[in-house]
Amino acid sequence: MSVQKTLNGNQTIAEAVRQIDPDVMAAYPITPSTAIVETIAQFKADGLISGEYVCPESEHSAMSVCIGAASAGGRVMTATASQGLALMWEMLYIAAGLRLPIVASIVNRALAAPISIHGDHSDTMGARDAGWIQIYSENCQEAYDNFIQAFRIGENLDVRTPVMVGLDGFIISHSMEVVKTEDDAAVKKFVGEYQSVYPLLDTSKTFTVGPIDFTDYYFEHKRNQMEGIENAPKVILDVGKEFGETFGREYGFFEEYRMDDAEICIIVMSSAAGTCKDAVDELRDAGINIGLLKPRVFRPFPHHEIAEALRGKKAVAVLDRCASPGAFGAPLFTEVRSALYDLEDRPKIVNYVYGLGGRDIQIEHFKDVAKKLARIAETGKVEEIYGYINLRE
Amino acid sequence: MAKLKDIAQLEDRLVAGHGMCLGCGIPLIFKVALRATEDPLIISNATGCLEVCTTIFPRTAWNTTWVHSAFENAAATMAGIEAMYKSLKRNGKLPQDKEIKFLATAGDGGTYDIGLQALSGAMERGHNFVYLCYDNNAYANTGGQRSSATPFGASATTSPAGSEIPGKLQRKKDLTKILAAHNIPYVAQANPARWQDLYNKAKKAFEVEGPAFLNVLCPCPTEWKYDESMTVKLAKTAMDTCVWPLYEVDNGKYKINYTPKEKKSVTEWLKPQGRFRHLFKEENAWVIEEYQKQVDEDWEELHKLVEMTK
Amino acid sequence: MKKETWKELTIGTINPNAGNSVQNHTGTWRSGTKPEFIEEHCIHCFFCWLYCPHFAVVIDGDKVKGFNYDYCTGCGLCAEECPTKEKSIIMVKENVQLAGGGEE
Repeated sequence: MSVQKTLNGNQTIAEAVRQIDPDVMAAYPITPSTAIVETIAQFKADGLISGEYVCPESEHSAMSVCIGAASAGGRVMTATASQGLALMWEMLYIAAGLRLPIVASIVNRALAAPISIHGDHSDTMGARDAGWIQIYSENCQEAYDNFIQAFRIGENLDVRTPVMVGLDGFIISHSMEVVKTEDDAAVKKFVGEYQSVYPLLDTSKTFTVGPIDFTDYYFEHKRNQMEGIENAPKVILDVGKEFGETFGREYGFFEEYRMDDAEICIIVMSSAAGTCKDAVDELRDAGINIGLLKPRVFRPFPHHEIAEALRGKKAVAVLDRCASPGAFGAPLFTEVRSALYDLEDRPKIVNYVYGLGGRDIQIEHFKDVAKKLARIAETGKVEEIYGYINLRE
Repeated sequence: MAKLKDIAQLEDRLVAGHGMCLGCGIPLIFKVALRATEDPLIISNATGCLEVCTTIFPRTAWNTTWVHSAFENAAATMAGIEAMYKSLKRNGKLPQDKEIKFLATAGDGGTYDIGLQALSGAMERGHNFVYLCYDNNAYANTGGQRSSATPFGASATTSPAGSEIPGKLQRKKDLTKILAAHNIPYVAQANPARWQDLYNKAKKAFEVEGPAFLNVLCPCPTEWKYDESMTVKLAKTAMDTCVWPLYEVDNGKYKINYTPKEKKSVTEWLKPQGRFRHLFKEENAWVIEEYQKQVDEDWEELHKLVEMTK
Repeated sequence: MKKETWKELTIGTINPNAGNSVQNHTGTWRSGTKPEFIEEHCIHCFFCWLYCPHFAVVIDGDKVKGFNYDYCTGCGLCAEECPTKEKSIIMVKENVQLAGGGEE
């Protein structure tokens, strides 16, 4: 039976960690995810978790400890943000290449310079090609639910790929919400027993992990690796459905909000999607046929499903909480735009970068976007394909 | 005391067909050190000569469980393996009587330089594993760039001897003492020329509860530029000149394990090696003098440490 | 040797074939000299076994038996470290063979 608790994002993650009780937890403190590791440490000090907790001297070592522990053969998690994820960068690719289903909760935060402790998606977006599955959360409830599902997805034997679960720094990590948490036993049962693949600690077999490849094998090993993330979509849907059957909250690749008869559409991820829902309601009340598409899974990118969801729309605005300097649009935009290419009757599409370094995005800003979309839908012309929201010009 | 003939009967955990150079010191070290435990052994190997030369896919020279993840994190990777071992054992997911030994290893580049932070962190946290550094005084795998273990006066590709600068003008980092300052149960310096000492130290390192650190001098004919048949002779010279003293720090107590009957001049160490050839030009005589001074100081300090920790 | 396709490889870059480097014959690296074992001088001290970087010294129980030239690279460490008064190992010239692939 679920219980309603008032928790912030960091507490929901820590609560899920306590319930899942991974075999090894290794994390280094960094704002705004520090409370996750502090809470885990307190759980350990109070005897509430039985797994081993390691507090390494850097995020690079935290991910290296996770890699060693996962290779050894057991369930592993970490938590970090921003510069911490950046310091892990090298090891992210190695975790994916070694097919280790580590689960990382990433409290999304801007990257320096200038240094900022506030939220945006620059950290995880920069890691989008590291080979990890990426799931983004709108609120504390989703952070909790996504984090639990991440173990089932990543550890699936057809997938065996690490997963990062994003939640927005401060906006989610430090905001109290009413969250439904599930029974410890039910969560444990849902996540299930960990199944090892070539665990180092099974010394009845001897093998070599992480060898060097020359030009004759590297390409084949990388293709072999990609099979895991390519098998993920089906598993993500199965797990999302089973989660719904078990706990009453079902998840897919993305959420569609008032999209059925929408002519224009905003695509935005994570916490801003919550604000956008209110904007959509107000705009609908004013007679504007607008909808919201909130991507949840960014890697693997559900290109086919997103294209289908946008089929027949007149104008789409993709809002990115991350810039991709020098690129033709920010990461979510380039993915969506590419996904639309094979539609014969493509919607017009524009890109807005918003919220860098924790800058607010409010209902009024979404209404401005809606105005621009309505104009594009009416004229069939895109005057400005790329812009910024709530930036002093 | 172990007999060479007896340990030779044990199975090799590192086998033939590896690609290390002619006369390489690394296999000599591992042949002995890996025999110092008969328990199952898991090795975490940093990027470097040993890793590259033993695991070119689809071949592997490892006859024991072995993992490589990156250059700077052999210690952190091993910390994770050891943490998982503790966790699974404590929670009944591994048999209680299952004993496994853990060894993290890297060259001096992966230990003195890029891996120092991860090593220091793992030692401070008290993970129960042995860390073995094979110190060949350079980034030998990539062609002999300087590391902080490269000796004073040596020519390395990133600290070359030239008409103006006579090689590396910074003193070698004293890593063994840095590790001793972590107050871990066991720290030692060894040398492949003295197999019994190396074997005993490795055995102690595997047996102590908690972290242990072995720093083993590893002659490298390719980057030190000497005749490859002279690897062991040169390793002996390092002991007899006190360039690489054999000592251990056992629960904080320093002990010197070898004292030459007559301490030889450092020129005997420098002379056979091409990387020091430029020092024998008249204008560089001061470098040799300075080198000798450093060695003498270190040797003297070591004696003081023995006295102080008696 | 047939090279695997990506589908045939073991997950996670794992090489399950422990110790299969013995199929690499480092003996092909020798360039002009090789050690020769003179059994009658040998005191079976095992130094040659100890100091051979390429695991090319053959032992049987407590006796040294000679060399496995499939792996001997001709570095000469064994002869250099052989302690007997009359050397039990000497380096001798051999016909230079052009190095092959180094594999079976």
